Amino acid sequence: MNSYSILVIDDEAQIRKMLAITLQSNQYKVIEAATGKEGIMLVSSHMPDLVLLDLGLPDESGHEVLRHIREWYTNPVIIISVQQSEEDIIKALDNGANDYLVKPFRTGELLARIRSTLRKLGSPLNNAAMVFNNLSIDFANRVVKKNNVLVKLTSTEYSLFSLLAQHDGKVLTHQFLLRHVWGSSHQNESQYLRVFIAQLRKKIETDPNRPVHIITESGIGYRFIGNSL
Amino acid sequence: MKKYFFHKPGTRSQFVISIGVVLGILLLGLSINSFVGYRVVAFMLLVGVSILAMTFDIIPVLIAAILSALVWDFFFIPPRFTLTVGTAEDRLLLLMYFIIALINAVLTNRIRRMEKKIKEKSEKEKTVRFYTTLLNSLSHELRTPITTILGSTDNLQSNSDKLSENDKTELINEILVASIRLNQQVENLLNMSRLESGVFKVKKDWCDINDLVYKTLQRLEPNLQRFRLSVQIPEQLPLFKLDFGLMEQVLYNLILNVTQHTPADTLITIQADCVRDRLILIIADNGMGFPEEEIHKVFDKFYRLKGAPTGGTGLGLSIVKGFVEAHQGIIRLENLPVCGSRFTIEILTEKTYLNKLKDE
Repeated sequence: MNSYSILVIDDEAQIRKMLAITLQSNQYKVIEAATGKEGIMLVSSHMPDLVLLDLGLPDESGHEVLRHIREWYTNPVIIISVQQSEEDIIKALDNGANDYLVKPFRTGELLARIRSTLRKLGSPLNNAAMVFNNLSIDFANRVVKKNNVLVKLTSTEYSLFSLLAQHDGKVLTHQFLLRHVWGSSHQNESQYLRVFIAQLRKKIETDPNRPVHIITESGIGYRFIGNSL
Repeated sequence: MKKYFFHKPGTRSQFVISIGVVLGILLLGLSINSFVGYRVVAFMLLVGVSILAMTFDIIPVLIAAILSALVWDFFFIPPRFTLTVGTAEDRLLLLMYFIIALINAVLTNRIRRMEKKIKEKSEKEKTVRFYTTLLNSLSHELRTPITTILGSTDNLQSNSDKLSENDKTELINEILVASIRLNQQVENLLNMSRLESGVFKVKKDWCDINDLVYKTLQRLEPNLQRFRLSVQIPEQLPLFKLDFGLMEQVLYNLILNVTQHTPADTLITIQADCVRDRLILIIADNGMGFPEEEIHKVFDKFYRLKGAPTGGTGLGLSIVKGFVEAHQGIIRLENLPVCGSRFTIEILTEKTYLNKLKDE
């Protein structure tokens, strides 16, 4: 049923092959590029539904490729990289990557990320309301319900929560959240973010210590997951 | 590499200091000459040259030796303020002074060179020993999973018609386990080299300790299934400025270490607290504890307890220590009175009670 096309930009033939087999067996159409230049060319000629981009390419860095294709390409880009540095990941997310996976990753994880990223392609982002397993958000009336019971949120809590929920499945960096909830003058005051995330978890999660909706991405940010498995 | 007990000045300042010392003793000698006599001044100069010889290079010391002989002759040996030496006795003294000063300079220098050589040799031996341990440990820990992967895939490839479905599933599972193990070893090695390179940065940001602890526990969930857990974090704990990623690795390695070395059903206690502005993190268990005679070695690189199960490089705990020290913190390990052991981490860092304020 899905015939989404995915472009894999990675210089390692082994990785490309493994990904091609995995993705094809999950009914995706796969296009491969071994260099950044080739990748940019294929993005413009094929307009794939999703790009898997390695950051360490031989000709130009994945960051360059990302910046370049983001000038016109709006479909999702998922970074796959061996670079573990948080700075690199944050940079890629800031430059428009939708998600990241650090090599070595498990294919189950990869497929889940691809599914979740592509799902949002079909559904418009600015829904008036979102309904998940045990959570619902009515953006028009600023109402959040957990198990059909109204959750009382302060206005900052609501801003933070609705921002996270609108980006269901996506990692939002600390900087991004601070900028959009508190404004650019508070970009370095991450202590507020910690406090409000903890408060939100107490109100939203069934067990705030084992969150299933608001997930911590160590050193990078937070990811909201609406429908936990 | 080379470590001196005190810093040795550069060549130019050695010359300056050498001449300075001789001139200093000259002034001292001039001021006390009338009380002690000119022969005592010779000994004072000799002491000065000897002290210089203990640290300085040979050339500045020789210059000090020659200069001091001239100084003694010119300023002190009668007739004073001439280079002439009056009596045969004084001539002999001056000659002997000169010889002693030279021998002093040359001998001390030679002893120092030999000492340095011995030190270098023992340092080299230590490095060789270290790398032998490293290679032994590594070749075992890396080759075992690689052998498993190669063997299993070979088997799957060439015997696929003879293998039962069950065998195949098992071989594939072996490959999976070996890959995970290999990945863990590589991860440890990368962390270690990150530490050793000295270029890695601690990126401190406000951390919710609760989040840190539970995030780590979540990553360890598959390992923790056969253990009991007790987490004690006070409601009033402030936020601390730490590198979340590094501290997560610290807790991960410590708890993983407990799961690897204690029997099933062991109780693992994780405590956090704030004492005298410091963050205290405690990981304790009621297992068997560490052998007293080995307890001081557990943070050493590549150190593994005798009879420890395979699967470790002996790097986990030294990475823990390295990351804690990168936060200017300290880590202690002690055995508990009845049974088990306790790791205590203490880090002095910025904190804020903002999270306990009820605003809005």
